[in-house]
Amino acid sequence: MTIPYLLSIVIFLPLLGALLTLVIRDVSTVRWMALGTTVATFLLSCLLYLGFDPAADPSIPQFADVTGPLISDAFDVKYFVGIDGLNILLVMLTTLLGPIVVLSSWHYIQQHQVGYYGLLLLLQTGVLGVFTSFDLFFFYIFFELTLIPMYFIIGIWGAEDRIYAAVKFVIYTMVGSLLLLAALLYLGYLAGDAVNQGVFTTDYFNLLALEIPLGTQTWLFLLFAFAFAIKVPLFPLHTWLPDAHVQAPTGGSVVLAGVLLKMGTYGLLRFCLPLFPNAAFSWAMPLAVLGVIGIIYGALVARAQPDAKKLVAYSSVSHLGFVVIGLFAFTIEALQGALIQMINHGLSTGALFLLLGMLYERRHSRLMSDYGGIAKSVPLLTFFMVFSVLASAGLPGLNGFVGEFLILIGAFKSAVIGNAGLIALATTGVILAAVYLLWMLYRVFWGPITDEANAKMEDINGREFAILAPLAVLMIVIGFVPQPFLEKSEVSMEFLLDTIETKHESIAEAAAAEDSGDIPAARATFDGSSFTVHGADK
Amino acid sequence: MDSAFLVRLILLLPLAGAVITGLLPLFMPGLRKQESLIGTVGTLAVAIPFALVVWLFLTFDGEPIIANFYTWMAAGELSVDFAYRIDELSLIMGLVVTGVGALIHLYSIGYMHGDDGFWKFFAYLNLFIFAMLNLILADNLVVLFLGWEGVGLCSFLLIGFWYTDLKNSAAANKAFIVNRIGDFAFLLAMFLLFRELGGLDFDTLLNGVDQMDSTTVSIAVLLLFIAATGKSAQIPLFVWLPDAMAGPTPVSALIHAATMVTSGLYLLARMSDMVIATQTIMAVIAIVGALTAIMAATIAITQYDIKRVLAYSTVSQLGFMFMAAGVGAFFVAIFHVVTHAFFKACLFLGSGSVIHGMHEVEHKLEHKGHDMSDFDAQDMRTMGNLRKYMPSTDITFLISTLAIAGIPLLSGFFSKDEILFMSFQAGYNGMAVAYFVWGVGLVTALLTAIYMTRCYVLTFRGEERWPEPEKVTPHESPSSMTIPLWTLAGLAIVGGYIGIPAVIADGDWNWIHHYLAQDYGGPVADLADTAGFSVPLALKWMLIALGGGIAIAGVAFSWVVYNREGLAYDDVLRARFGALYRSWEVKYRWDEVYDAVVVSPMRDIFAEGFARTDAKVVDGFVNGVATVTRGVGRLLSRLQTGVIHNYALMMMVGVVVLLGLILLM
Repeated sequence: MTIPYLLSIVIFLPLLGALLTLVIRDVSTVRWMALGTTVATFLLSCLLYLGFDPAADPSIPQFADVTGPLISDAFDVKYFVGIDGLNILLVMLTTLLGPIVVLSSWHYIQQHQVGYYGLLLLLQTGVLGVFTSFDLFFFYIFFELTLIPMYFIIGIWGAEDRIYAAVKFVIYTMVGSLLLLAALLYLGYLAGDAVNQGVFTTDYFNLLALEIPLGTQTWLFLLFAFAFAIKVPLFPLHTWLPDAHVQAPTGGSVVLAGVLLKMGTYGLLRFCLPLFPNAAFSWAMPLAVLGVIGIIYGALVARAQPDAKKLVAYSSVSHLGFVVIGLFAFTIEALQGALIQMINHGLSTGALFLLLGMLYERRHSRLMSDYGGIAKSVPLLTFFMVFSVLASAGLPGLNGFVGEFLILIGAFKSAVIGNAGLIALATTGVILAAVYLLWMLYRVFWGPITDEANAKMEDINGREFAILAPLAVLMIVIGFVPQPFLEKSEVSMEFLLDTIETKHESIAEAAAAEDSGDIPAARATFDGSSFTVHGADK
Repeated sequence: MDSAFLVRLILLLPLAGAVITGLLPLFMPGLRKQESLIGTVGTLAVAIPFALVVWLFLTFDGEPIIANFYTWMAAGELSVDFAYRIDELSLIMGLVVTGVGALIHLYSIGYMHGDDGFWKFFAYLNLFIFAMLNLILADNLVVLFLGWEGVGLCSFLLIGFWYTDLKNSAAANKAFIVNRIGDFAFLLAMFLLFRELGGLDFDTLLNGVDQMDSTTVSIAVLLLFIAATGKSAQIPLFVWLPDAMAGPTPVSALIHAATMVTSGLYLLARMSDMVIATQTIMAVIAIVGALTAIMAATIAITQYDIKRVLAYSTVSQLGFMFMAAGVGAFFVAIFHVVTHAFFKACLFLGSGSVIHGMHEVEHKLEHKGHDMSDFDAQDMRTMGNLRKYMPSTDITFLISTLAIAGIPLLSGFFSKDEILFMSFQAGYNGMAVAYFVWGVGLVTALLTAIYMTRCYVLTFRGEERWPEPEKVTPHESPSSMTIPLWTLAGLAIVGGYIGIPAVIADGDWNWIHHYLAQDYGGPVADLADTAGFSVPLALKWMLIALGGGIAIAGVAFSWVVYNREGLAYDDVLRARFGALYRSWEVKYRWDEVYDAVVVSPMRDIFAEGFARTDAKVVDGFVNGVATVTRGVGRLLSRLQTGVIHNYALMMMVGVVVLLGLILLM
């Protein structure tokens, strides 16, 4: 059975739900509608997952929906979405977290529920659009689209300092995305002149065919990388994250950690590496160093937090440092590890935020000192917490290990960033993760119960079990049987790496030839109104 | 039967046991109190694999059996399979792990009776066996590492088993984190070896030693050895093991004496082809082993907590095993792993029986109105003359004490003497540090005889030292506890005969040597055998006499003085050795030094400092754009009317403006 426009339906079904919230006024109906919409989206996305052929030609997106130029023929900007090995798992993670987030908000969100669920659904459409867009311009629109609902989710349903956190989130991201917009427009004209008969284009494959001269590459790369690095977040651009996480309601934190941060690493993977391969090679080492600093710094700062949610927020800084290292290692092992680690982080950190949210619902505190000894009163919650902590700490047999191991073993042999000392420093992350996570368990779950309110805490209920169980099952499945997941992206990742290496070599040769003055090489010039590229036509 | 199927059963039964005793009761609280059901399932989940390992052992034909189940993870060059290897080395380890493991499960039924966490305890123990079997049966380093971290996890869970006391949880954290430092080195070793050889299965690694330059080999072996110092509690990472005694006593016996802590030795034996390629690191291994052995033995002399004496004794005995590995006698290291598993498990289970008895005394005294808040059931100063009340515990403890002390013809004598002899022989063959190692080993052997006899006499002989001993007495433990004691004591007597020393029949009767060593077709490299020179027979006999004599002298001396003077003899030692004794009593202040040099700076300077800086950076950055932020914030908060239509409208406006911008461009 094939459903026409399946991918577009998956992307926009949540938007339909969001529009429904404009007419539904009843809180209970809205909740069930949101749950129904996200479950339906998830089930439909399973058809994508099952129908996806990982062995097919990776240069042709599957389930692709393409329109003609939308605005005018002078702008080759079109709605072009598709599935390939790089995004299928992220799409599944997004749709899986959908119903989980709705369920986690069931009682947590007490006011303006209608608006909340509407924004949540809108956010899901935005994220799905980001992951599936094969037109850079639409990628950008979806990228911005996620900003708005997230801003309100933090700003309206957040904790005491929500406005501060929401504004900070917006400002940080906006700074990055404005630069991204500028770079994108420049790139569109550049590609138009070089490979699209002078017509502005943001078609991914046009951009992929484009060989950009070194100088131009560098600053385009830096603008793109800056925008994405804020989103990741890469040290030292991370400071918006702890505030956003701590202030956001549980559902917001889960979406933020689970999928929003991945837009940054996905952007690096999808655009920065293959579009600007030479610049990516040259800047790999500085970025990997920042990744390593992030791993260690994030872990140490996490250790010092009295606030459990802030601890987990900083752990994200640490964990995503691994992903950045994996992306810039340019080995297939590390790239595959980085991709699966994006999924892993979404699962385990998502679970940690969900669990902390459950504690918050019971005791209205994020401070670890308000707890202590609750393993006695909430054994099931403790079980899931220990489980998620171990996954997050990279225990072999759970998902986190697979990602970290592939990233580090691939980075160690990398010709680009494979400095033994650097990777050894990154590997200290496994020690530090155990330190801050185990002391969190120590302070919250072990010891005698000193507060009467903690003794009377209720263990997780059926709804909460339904939220946590799928995540726990996935953690152990990916831990022991990661191959089916890794295989989904293998061919696409090899294609990507191959493209990067081929382009890198070809551009470097052209640059070398130009230096020695033999052949007129690809070169972009700016003559005041339009870009002209010489010698780079394909 | 298909051997791959057997391997599958051996691995999966303990896992199934963990699910039945752990996961089911977790979600069905009604099951938690079914002690006999849980105890039976938990014990069978280890006893059946033991029977299967025996079967594999008996039918083993010398050809390694590789059971490859499926590819765990593959990317690029890397391909890691869930593959397991049955050979002489994994069979010996498998017999010990499942055999001793099954006995300790049986013992735990009695020991943990009535504990709220009875079910959880068996689940953790079963999970431990599963992880340990992965460790010793793995055919590549990654699956071995899965087991390696898995046993670390179970150790963590079991040390912190009684989590309502934060002291236990702190000890658990310490164990896990210190082990992680070792694991960090393990990971680096894998990264390095993969880069050099492109694979991590043992065939690739061990056949590839020649392809690597000698520095790389040395670094790889050093990293693996650092990993081993974590798991096997050697200097500098041994500090977690004494604290690990916070766990229930069967855990101390199984994990922290007989099996998990020998993983480091197993790793070196498994990688012995690579280890012997680097003489420098071997010397390091031997010296670290020797220093650890004597360091822990001196501490053990001064301790009063019966489990702490045994813990330091374990650290010391592990040091002996590393001495053997360092001089290239890997089969002897494994030999000592086996005999040590017998007598040390027996000693720990015996101490558990004693603690059981002392708890009985405590409760009775409490009942009589004594203030027992300061009473410590593990403190030997409150014990004495327990042989009168606990005859089985007494005799089995005595046998194991004599065995570990190295009294001739008991198991410890054979394995420890072989270690001393191999060290001597390595020196004789030109390895200069080996004589040093041998000398330290000899002194440590004397100390071992002294502190173990002290421990036995203070516990089981002399006068009762608890209040009202004429009215309040302990009882012998139930048979589920004494049967394992007797079994292990029996093995502590006879276990040494698998390694009859070379002075008899020119080594032809040394079964374990022939079984394990490469020269006879086994998997373990043997530097001592290939070195060439052989120590003259007469000298060999003299060395044996020296070893046996030292053990007898140590036991006899300690027996006499502690029987005569009891606790007071410690004061004699304290007076005689002065500052030296003081340094033993305070355990050389390892913990305090680590705390001052590593833990506190990390926590107080770096973690706290960065956290403060991070907050400042936030403030600084945001304050830089403060007016904007606050202005926008106020504006936006005014816009927050709570009416969703307004928000939607704003969003639409935003999108329209954006699209307009594009058109204009």
